[in-house]
Amino acid sequence: MQDDFDTGRRWHDMGGLPGGSIDRAQHDFALWEKRVDALVILCGNKGLFSVDGLRRALEDMGPQAFEELTYYERWVSACAQNLVECGVITLDELNARMNEVAARGATYGEAQGHGEGGAS
Amino acid sequence: MTAPLPEVVPTGFPPPYPTAGGRFRPGQAVRVRHGMALGHLRTPFYLRGRVGRIERICGDFQNPEELAYNHRNGMALTLYRVRFTMAEIWGETAERPADTLDAEIFEHWLEPSDAA
Amino acid sequence: MPHDHDDHDHAHGHHHHGLSPSGHPYRPDDDTALSRFQVMEIALRELLIEKGIATAPEIMAQVERMDARSPALGARVVARAWTDPAFKARLLADGSAACREMSIEVDALKLVVVENTPQVHNVVVCTLCSCYPRNLLGLPPDWYKARAYRSRVVREPRAVLAEFGTHLPDDVRVQVHDSTADMRYLVLPARPAGTDGWSAERLAELVGRDAMIGVTLARAPEEPAPA
Repeated sequence: MQDDFDTGRRWHDMGGLPGGSIDRAQHDFALWEKRVDALVILCGNKGLFSVDGLRRALEDMGPQAFEELTYYERWVSACAQNLVECGVITLDELNARMNEVAARGATYGEAQGHGEGGAS
Repeated sequence: MTAPLPEVVPTGFPPPYPTAGGRFRPGQAVRVRHGMALGHLRTPFYLRGRVGRIERICGDFQNPEELAYNHRNGMALTLYRVRFTMAEIWGETAERPADTLDAEIFEHWLEPSDAA
Repeated sequence: MPHDHDDHDHAHGHHHHGLSPSGHPYRPDDDTALSRFQVMEIALRELLIEKGIATAPEIMAQVERMDARSPALGARVVARAWTDPAFKARLLADGSAACREMSIEVDALKLVVVENTPQVHNVVVCTLCSCYPRNLLGLPPDWYKARAYRSRVVREPRAVLAEFGTHLPDDVRVQVHDSTADMRYLVLPARPAGTDGWSAERLAELVGRDAMIGVTLARAPEEPAPA
């Protein structure tokens, strides 16, 4: 579903719409996903942005992101957006650091820095 | 045809959150406003225009419509839990008309209803 | 398919190979191609640390705090309510305060506990996103966050419950709770028959996550325990 400009119903407001059968397969989260969760909670605790700010960014990512990205792929994007909005980081900083991280290696393990933020 | 509004069943315990303040009282019939907004809000579309009864007063909370955009200095608003019948929400297509649904709705999305 | 779980081991101590403490497979992590979103996580974490907003130990502690939360916490609360009527009264009156009594870290959680009775069956959803009592149950299952459950349970709760194998008598009213704002909901299931005299510890084993969301009932003593 897309946002409906006539009624003001947005894509994420799905209560009562048709839905298929419920897929009950489940798995635990990877470490990077747990870290995203932790970053969002800590940013909230420190007053940088609220859970409402996170939700608003997630909603603004639209239905395609909901269908095609995983939960924490959306969360990390929404977290980044809120951090830029509240002035803690700039997009330029984020892009520069992402390029640097991506150049470190081909896997998540290899891309960890060797400073205090990364795996030892 | 809609089923009668559910009477609020008292839990037998004091309400868990403050009941002072706020425009509406437990048991009162209220209608969820129709709203037109594409920003962030927490009033589900399927409840807009529907009549329910105040089940309890949850307390006063900051407005998510402001918090979502990092406006933090607004007035706290009274939040209510409102009980609806499935008949009221879904009309004749309700799976079981007498089943019920509670949702939390902020005061500015509610108006008094004449429903008995 | 062997995975290298060095990173997990650093963060959480040793685990069974290939399985998490809850017995589910880990998602592939540092042994698959680096994704743009993993890169973003590393970059954000490093920037927040460098700017003095968070520390690495603080982030690790938060991961561990969340890992330590599981439906076992909620099950302890339910079992206590089954065995201690005064506690149950306090739990229904103010869920957060009652959990604090049990030294459960509820943080800012505003917990509303809703009791299943012979007349009412409760089931919880968040149609707008995926609000969930994570302090008591851990992170929500994937289906709770997915379109099918969020869309359908407010419209056809009995059909959804039936998919979970839960069939309610006609004279039971289904009460759906849509967590639209600041409250979080925990269902207090009915205590199964045939458990007279059981200790709270033994009773807690009958209380699964899905029963506290309200899509199933507490397990009867004669039903086999889940694997």
